[in-house]
Amino acid sequence: MKRFQLNGRPVSADVEDDMPLLWVLRDELGLMGTKFGCGVAACGACTVHLDGQAVRSCVMPMVAVDGHAVHTIERDDDPVLARLRNAWITHQVPQCGYCQSGMLMAASALLRQIPNPTDADIDGAMTNICRCGTYQRVRAAIHAAAGARRPREAA
Amino acid sequence: MNLKRRHLLIAGVAAAAGGLVVGCGAPTARDRLGKAALPQGPQDPVALNGWVRIAPDGRITVAVPRAEMGQGVLTSLPMLLAEELDARWDDVHVEHAPVAGIYANQALLLNVLPFGTDDDGLVARLARSSIQRVGYALHLQVTGGSSSVRDAWEPLRLAGATARAMLVQAAAKRWAVEPGACRVEAGQVLHPGNGSRLGFGELAREAAALSPPSEVPFKDPARYQLIGRAVPRKDIPSKVDGSAVFGIDVKLPDLLHAAVAQAPVFGADIASFDAAEALAMRGVHKVLRIPGAVVVVADRWWRARQALATVKIQYTATPHDRLSSKDIATGLQQALDEHSGMAFTQRGDAQGALEKAAKVIEARYWAPYLAHAAMEPINCTARVKAGQVEVWAPTQVPSLAKWRASQVAGVDMDQVALHLPLLGGGFGRRLEVDMVEQAVAVAQQLDGRPVKLLWSREEDTQHDMYRPAALSVFRAALDAQGRVTAWHNRVAAQSVSRGAMERLLPWAASDAPDKNQIEGAFDIPYDFEHIEVRQVRTQAHVPVGSWRSVGHSYNAFFTESFIDELAHAARQDPCAYRRGLLGARPRHKAVLEVAAAKAGWGTPLPPGRARGIALHESFGSICAQVAEVSWHEGAVRVHRVVCAIDCGVVVNPDTVEAQMQSGIVFGLSAALFGEITVAEGRVEQSSFHDQEVLKMAQMPVIETHIMRNTHAPGGVGEPATPPIAPAVCNALFALTGQRVRSLPIRLQAAA
Repeated sequence: MKRFQLNGRPVSADVEDDMPLLWVLRDELGLMGTKFGCGVAACGACTVHLDGQAVRSCVMPMVAVDGHAVHTIERDDDPVLARLRNAWITHQVPQCGYCQSGMLMAASALLRQIPNPTDADIDGAMTNICRCGTYQRVRAAIHAAAGARRPREAA
Repeated sequence: MNLKRRHLLIAGVAAAAGGLVVGCGAPTARDRLGKAALPQGPQDPVALNGWVRIAPDGRITVAVPRAEMGQGVLTSLPMLLAEELDARWDDVHVEHAPVAGIYANQALLLNVLPFGTDDDGLVARLARSSIQRVGYALHLQVTGGSSSVRDAWEPLRLAGATARAMLVQAAAKRWAVEPGACRVEAGQVLHPGNGSRLGFGELAREAAALSPPSEVPFKDPARYQLIGRAVPRKDIPSKVDGSAVFGIDVKLPDLLHAAVAQAPVFGADIASFDAAEALAMRGVHKVLRIPGAVVVVADRWWRARQALATVKIQYTATPHDRLSSKDIATGLQQALDEHSGMAFTQRGDAQGALEKAAKVIEARYWAPYLAHAAMEPINCTARVKAGQVEVWAPTQVPSLAKWRASQVAGVDMDQVALHLPLLGGGFGRRLEVDMVEQAVAVAQQLDGRPVKLLWSREEDTQHDMYRPAALSVFRAALDAQGRVTAWHNRVAAQSVSRGAMERLLPWAASDAPDKNQIEGAFDIPYDFEHIEVRQVRTQAHVPVGSWRSVGHSYNAFFTESFIDELAHAARQDPCAYRRGLLGARPRHKAVLEVAAAKAGWGTPLPPGRARGIALHESFGSICAQVAEVSWHEGAVRVHRVVCAIDCGVVVNPDTVEAQMQSGIVFGLSAALFGEITVAEGRVEQSSFHDQEVLKMAQMPVIETHIMRNTHAPGGVGEPATPPIAPAVCNALFALTGQRVRSLPIRLQAAA
């Protein structure tokens, strides 16, 4: 039995050591916001946070998740993610939307690490693939969300 | 092209479509209105026609018969209806329409016609009218061909205007006043005298009982509140919190999961397989066979996939087991050598002019097979129980999916229920119904339990219906002054239309002319005295299908590169050269000029950078792009793309801008990296590590300029894809002197 914190709540799953976190989230726990894109950590559609770090859940074996904290796109208690969501809506970022959960999780990890990222920081952190070509708006929305930071939060 | 040729083409299309054109009347927007219907309960919404329902609380639901795959159709289509209804936009909600005749896409087949946007002659108009009848008769409920707004423009505005007139009549009756004296504002009808108001929700039930007026005027575009404005998309909030439901997200009680291994060589089948090990693995429910594939069904998809990897599969031999990309390229070359092909365009005497020319310029261009690589891997969910079939398919073709499901299951169409979730990208791949056939075939073997069939990324890459590889040969005749007198072009490629027909209606597959194969080549906008463009059709075992912008995707690269070659041969500025050949094409000229002006064409750039330009018309819209590039250590970098688009009347400018960015990124990925190759009869690439696509770090700045006019709406989902490859390659020529005649771009290292 694997036990971990999921979006702040304890959960458990009776799964193999090598089952990737992605499939536990989707098929065991029914959280469908995290997407399957390639299964080889190449596209980033499955990006979630493991102990606050952006990871690709499609290659994250459950043995490495046991006892740790996972956050997904469904979390509703994160002011950084909330700001990013607002910026995403203001900038009308998503098209098909399939890659956007991963994009938002990668962006929120970036803003936690670098509250005011440069374009080069964004290029380095946002390696997610979007076939609809939303990159320009993703970049604009990240800058907007960073700029919308309240001074108290930034401290 | 002469009249006879055009008629032949149209007849060919009709025949290919199953010959159903005979005897059906031309459906008007009014024929597609649908009927008013009263609900059962007093609180249920009232249908004022087939497109709009209004609940007593004023909530308005618009039926959208097209799939949302990123193009914003769940917003742009309701905007048309809400505009004419004078609804309050916040009251408007959207749902996908069921499969029904009024929702068939009439505009889709406009794309098969060999006429440009500016051809408004009698033949073009007659052809447009008859081809729309075919689309209607076939009940093609299809999302593709950049046709959603083009198709919806009349029926959805009419549905809104008619519903509005009925609501006004109902209010006027209650107040005993003249309907003409009432005004409508934000979802309410206003009394002409006493200032009282009635909400749509209060009037809908009485309105539905009235017969719809036969004539309703459309709004003066000067009074538009929604059309032409950057209205926020209705689907976006659900796409930022993980709640949007794509095909892969369908949840059902008792659901099983299926992983698929298809025979790697196209056309091969399963000879035998040994699943002993797989059957002993945790969660495995069944290992079964469907045409061309072994399928493991398990309680979790990951377990199905792990088990599938242990199945030992023997495949049947095929004549293609040793075939490589080189053989296919040789086949295209041979086809060009041995066949003159069929003339799609023939004006003047190009052959004669070439023989008399002072100088002839020749060039040969190549474009590879390409995969779609939509982010959501191919999937479909199905349940077959007691003669009833239920399918959850992220598909661009609900009507075909339903029909195909009924065929595979051997039941009537009425026994099939089809649910349409969101699509994680389409790009033409989801015009195919192979996943529906597979899911139903698997579900039939599962005693009534539902199954979600999901391909791995590797299966998705290796079992696509690919953008065809194409070879194009140009000859231009120049007179003593260096002026081009003749343009001669032959394009060899597999036919996408034939490929689709072979899969769906093999008896109808024919060598009828295929406009898709030659589009963007036979209809170039440039004015040459003599012009001849010929289609050479080839066959190969690699399945081909529609890939964003279809034939335009390669033909624009070919024609817009070769025209650039001619400009340089004439020692003229490539932009001025094109403008000089656009005498009778004011819309093309205007688009080209806007792109050039906004890009600062002709102004100095930092050292190591250059600009290239391209102009292309497709799907009823005209698009020009200027790319600014550099080249460092063997890597091409596109810094900036300026895009001008004339798509006629603009419904949602923000969506148009997004689609320009989208189309450019899609085309740029292909130009820089896209290539599917074949060895030993199978595709060599497997995932994003060996089939790279553009990422954030390579993203150029894209600036979009939208032409404002009142022409009929054109498409926007595809027209930005064709011009980007030639714009970039033309810039690279200006920068390096190397002419890129083969994609993806591979430049020689500087000497």
